[in-house]
Amino acid sequence: MAAQLAEIEVRLLLEAIFAKYHYDFRSYAMASLKRRLAQACDQYHCQTLTALQERVLHEPEVFAGLLQYLTVQVSDMFRDPEFFLAVRTQVIPLLATYPSIKVWIAGCSTGEEAYSIAILLQESGLLDRSVIYATDINAASLRVAASGVYPLARLRGFTENHRRSGATGSLSEHYHASGESAILDAQLRRRITFSDHSLATDNVFSEVHLVCCRNVMIYFNQELQTRALRLFTEALCNRGFLGLGSKESLRFSDVAPLYAEFASRERLYRKLGDH
Amino acid sequence: MQPIDLIVVGGSAGSIDVLREMLGQLPAQFPRPVAIVVHLPADAPGMLHELLASPERPRMKQAEDKEPIAAGTVYFASPGYHLHIETDRHFALSLDEPVHFCRPSIDVLFESAAEAYGPRLMGIVLSGANADGAQGLAAIAAAGGVTVVQQPDAAEMRPMPDAALRGAPASLVLDSRGLSELLLAQGAVR
Repeated sequence: MAAQLAEIEVRLLLEAIFAKYHYDFRSYAMASLKRRLAQACDQYHCQTLTALQERVLHEPEVFAGLLQYLTVQVSDMFRDPEFFLAVRTQVIPLLATYPSIKVWIAGCSTGEEAYSIAILLQESGLLDRSVIYATDINAASLRVAASGVYPLARLRGFTENHRRSGATGSLSEHYHASGESAILDAQLRRRITFSDHSLATDNVFSEVHLVCCRNVMIYFNQELQTRALRLFTEALCNRGFLGLGSKESLRFSDVAPLYAEFASRERLYRKLGDH
Repeated sequence: MQPIDLIVVGGSAGSIDVLREMLGQLPAQFPRPVAIVVHLPADAPGMLHELLASPERPRMKQAEDKEPIAAGTVYFASPGYHLHIETDRHFALSLDEPVHFCRPSIDVLFESAAEAYGPRLMGIVLSGANADGAQGLAAIAAAGGVTVVQQPDAAEMRPMPDAALRGAPASLVLDSRGLSELLLAQGAVR
């Protein structure tokens, strides 16, 4: 049947991408991935995924383009302000007790979430002793992130969310306008290390006090979700914090017993200490 | 009628009252799962399932990411997220681009449900002011499922039912009472 054939073609394409380019999408949630692959087929004028596979294998630039479909780049600053309010008022006071603070933003896309956390830390007076690791698999997204330059109109659109995150100052204090662009403060950029890292194939690179991985794992199947959550658990210090997206939880996961709910509506968890 | 394992429903402007009527008469032990996308503003609290919940009705809840689809439960899509169904019959959420300016989109739910359920699926499109759902209903028809559209003349907003009928012209066309009876009858068919 048509549905089964589509399934075969998707699996073969993902195998081909992994064999040739070492990007592993084989454990992604399929329904959303299939929709995005269908859009890519239209874009590259391919009748079938098999035709797309031929182009992907023989034309690296087609793969580079396809990567933009395979990784979802929806990212806002201070998305779900109540999450950032909870981080600001409940997590940061506890982070402040550490001599130096390390944060991992996993699946940072174009960097909006990393800058949001950097701004919270700066507004709490902790940025100078903080390091933020922001990782993603998409090199093009990481380049945008590292530049710290966004369309001015877009950044202005985040002003209200920033205010609702409990900020007393204005978001505009953290960037300056240059024509149609907004350039985020160099101080913020200096404290963030953007780098290539795959939750599907790479390992832990540092111990951290806070992991934010929001609206990334909804794109993973359960097996890959489990892998990612195990990485976070390994990376977090005892009593460290894990922040998830507003529709994500540890409920269906085997690491759940290792965490306590810290702010349950905001999907903030705290890793339990050794007993 | 052929056996149905899942009923999917899509509604937009003018669909709340019809939905209320359809769901308000289902018994608590209604055996089939139902998955519903209603267009709401992205910042809506997403309380429809709470509004309609009652001890005399089936369990109503928001569908969660990776949640297996259970019998006798009415699931609602969360505002701001697409609701997909994976082929092993659990839900998946995403922040993929809006479709027809909508997230959640009816097309996204219907098309993925058609892949997962094939002919054992019933799709129902209700009142609305845009064309979301038409392509999804066409996908359900193409997979051999049962397609149903609220009678455009009886709908508060007819563009969505009209578009759905262009997508799946062989659909059953029913007013709100007929829709309620059809849904209720699904509780009796085994």
